[in-house]
Formats: sequence, structure tokens, C-alpha cells
Amino acid sequence: MDEGLRSELSKQGVFTTTIEDIYNWGRRNSVWPLQFGLACCAIEMIATTMARYDLARFGAEVFRPSPRQADLMIVAGTVTKKMAPQVVRLYNQMPEPKYVIAMGACAISGGPFKQGYNVLKGIDRFMPVDVHIPGCPPRPEALIHAFMTLQKKIDAQKLTGPDRARHLNADEPSEFPVPSFGAKDLDPPQNNALWQPPKLERAE
Amino acid sequence: MEALESIKERIEAAVPGAVLEIVENPGPAAEHSLAVGHEQAVRVAEFLRDDDELKLDHCSNVTGVDWLDSVEKLREKVKKVVDGEEKEVVEVKEIHTPGYLESVYHLFSMKLGHGPVVLRLRTGNRTDDVSMPSLTPVWRGAELQEREIFDLYGIQFKGHPDLRRILMWDEFEDHPMRRDYVEPDDYEYEPTPHDEVLKKAQARYGEGGAQ
Repeated sequence: MDEGLRSELSKQGVFTTTIEDIYNWGRRNSVWPLQFGLACCAIEMIATTMARYDLARFGAEVFRPSPRQADLMIVAGTVTKKMAPQVVRLYNQMPEPKYVIAMGACAISGGPFKQGYNVLKGIDRFMPVDVHIPGCPPRPEALIHAFMTLQKKIDAQKLTGPDRARHLNADEPSEFPVPSFGAKDLDPPQNNALWQPPKLERAE
Repeated sequence: MEALESIKERIEAAVPGAVLEIVENPGPAAEHSLAVGHEQAVRVAEFLRDDDELKLDHCSNVTGVDWLDSVEKLREKVKKVVDGEEKEVVEVKEIHTPGYLESVYHLFSMKLGHGPVVLRLRTGNRTDDVSMPSLTPVWRGAELQEREIFDLYGIQFKGHPDLRRILMWDEFEDHPMRRDYVEPDDYEYEPTPHDEVLKKAQARYGEGGAQ
């Protein structure tokens, strides 16, 4: 619809909108996170939901104890290799549309445990992550910022066309392989379709 | 609390055949410990727990130590006859110590409020002779910590009620806290590596390291 016409109509008290706008408006204001925490970042996540920071302002106060009812997975904390298959399985059990916020240094990269043997070096090796938040742990404001970023992202999603949202595209996968425990490491150590080791370019 | 020497003497009197050795701690804390032979270890532990003057009823900490094969070089001045003349020559002696695994128990008494008494149990070597008696039947609190040592160091505790891995998954094969463990090379290197990490980065990315 033409922006000028829409503006003119709204001056006359006639509101016009699109299905896409209403649909995304509703979705972005009721993002229900999955209630689980892995480490100390979870404490900050809990603080964010409480009265002082009040995540309820963003429509995300309803933490669901079942992945079947959740829209958002906040990976809050260190993902150990022993825990990684369970985290991926929980993600697979969530219905579409689903989103992931990787919260804190550990969840995005392994953090201080990066050179250890037992911590996964970022959950984005096994599942698509929408918003990464650095910090150790990130402050509640950072999580709220991630939420607002995610809301903007949801708001911009298309319902139709080739660049439509993932959950409306039957060709896009909504489940990802769960790694199994190997003799030395997870098997496979990463999902190559999702994540490739970065190519380092030498500084001249 | 009673001196370690007299504890050792009393154990030897009470538990015939016990092999004990005092391991000196050269640090300022001077917290010497008792190395205990395998045969009578459980009976020694029971004595320490039940003795009226010790009553070491609380095993606060059990940990593992991995000792690699070590070579100690000693320089000695020796008088020798060289070319008909007597001269002082420096000779280097090498003392080879085979590696072993060790578990260390810190014992306290809740009843009498003293401690710690430190026990050490050692395995024969680091490869095939890696078993030792479990002290879990004596101090129940050692159960999870002995499982952790089994997991991370690979010491087999005989008589442990439930010896499974506790931190790593069951399919895992290595023992990550051993000194010769090589962790999987699955992380990106920092842009300015140095020392050991630089060598690793060069092995993976070529001469320039991770730059």
C-alpha cells in the first residue's frame, strides 16, 4: 500500500495495515522462552525476568517448562560437550517458529573454557543462532537488548516470497542432527552445514 | 595433634604388615603425608578412623596426581686419576624415577576438631598397573571423589561400590587430567598466539600462526 495514502487515511481515522504487520506484531510481543539455564548466565536471565528489569514489558515473561510450548531458546551458560546433545534435542522439540539467543561468552564461543576439552566452543556449531550476546555474564540490559534485536528481526520477517521466514519455507530444516558421544569428542564435532571454521586472513 | 611420626609408629604397632612411608613436604606449610602400601591400606584407614586419639572421621578431599617419568640430574665432584694426576672431575648422575599415579586423601576429625592427616596411595605405573584399594568402604564421602579420579586420571579403585565415569560421558576413552593428554584441536586460535599456542597454531595454519 502506498505510504502517502495510508498516512492520508489515518488522518481521517481509518487505519490500514497488512496481514504481515499484524501477524509479526502479535508474534514479536509474545515470545515465550524455554525455561532452562545452564550456568551462571541463567542467574542474570532470571534477574531479567524479575521486577527490576521486568522482561514482561516485552511480552516474554511466560517461561515455559516444556519445549513444545516455547518460541525462544535462551542458551544461558556454558554448554559442556556432555550437555550439548540434550540442548540440541530440546531445540528440535520446539515447534516452529523458533528462535535462539546465545547468551554470554561460553554460549557464543566457549568463553574462558575455549581451550579446554569438555566445553562446546559455541552452540552455533549445532543450531542456528539468531542473536549472540557477549559478556561474562551479560547484564540484564544486554539480554533486553538482545530481545529487542530479536523483536526487530521478527518484525522484518516476510510471509511470502523467496526470502520468507524459515518456518514458512518447507525446504528449510527445522530440526538438526543431535551429536552423539564419541571416544575423543562429540561425533560429529560440529554441524558442517551450519558452521564452518573461520578462514583467517593474514594481516599484511 | 599427634606428630606424624608417632601416628606412623602406632599404625605399625596396630596393623602388622602395614607399609608406611613419610613423604616430606619441603614447603613452608610442612604438611607431611603418609604414603601407604596397598595391602593393608583399608585396615590402616580403619585404624585412623576408629582410633580414640585420632578419630579421623571426615575425609574432606580426595584428589589425584599424575607423576610422569622423571630424570633428576645430580652433579657430583669426584676425585679421579686422569693421566697419572689426581683431579677433581664433575660427574653427572641421572636418577630415573618411573612415573606413577597417586591419590591423596585429606582426613580431619569432626569429633576432636583436628587435622589434616594426609594419606597417599600410589599405583605401580601409569599404564597397566593402575589399581589401588578404594577407601570408600571406610569413608563414604570418598565415593564421588574416587569416581572423579577414576574418570580424570584412570585409577582403578578396587572395592569401590560404583566405579563409573562421573564428569565425562561413558563412551569417552581418555583421562583428561593426565599430563600427556592431548585435547581435541577444535577451537579458533587467538590472533596473537605465543609460546605453546604459537607452535600449535603454526602446525595448523602454517608459519604465520593464526595471524
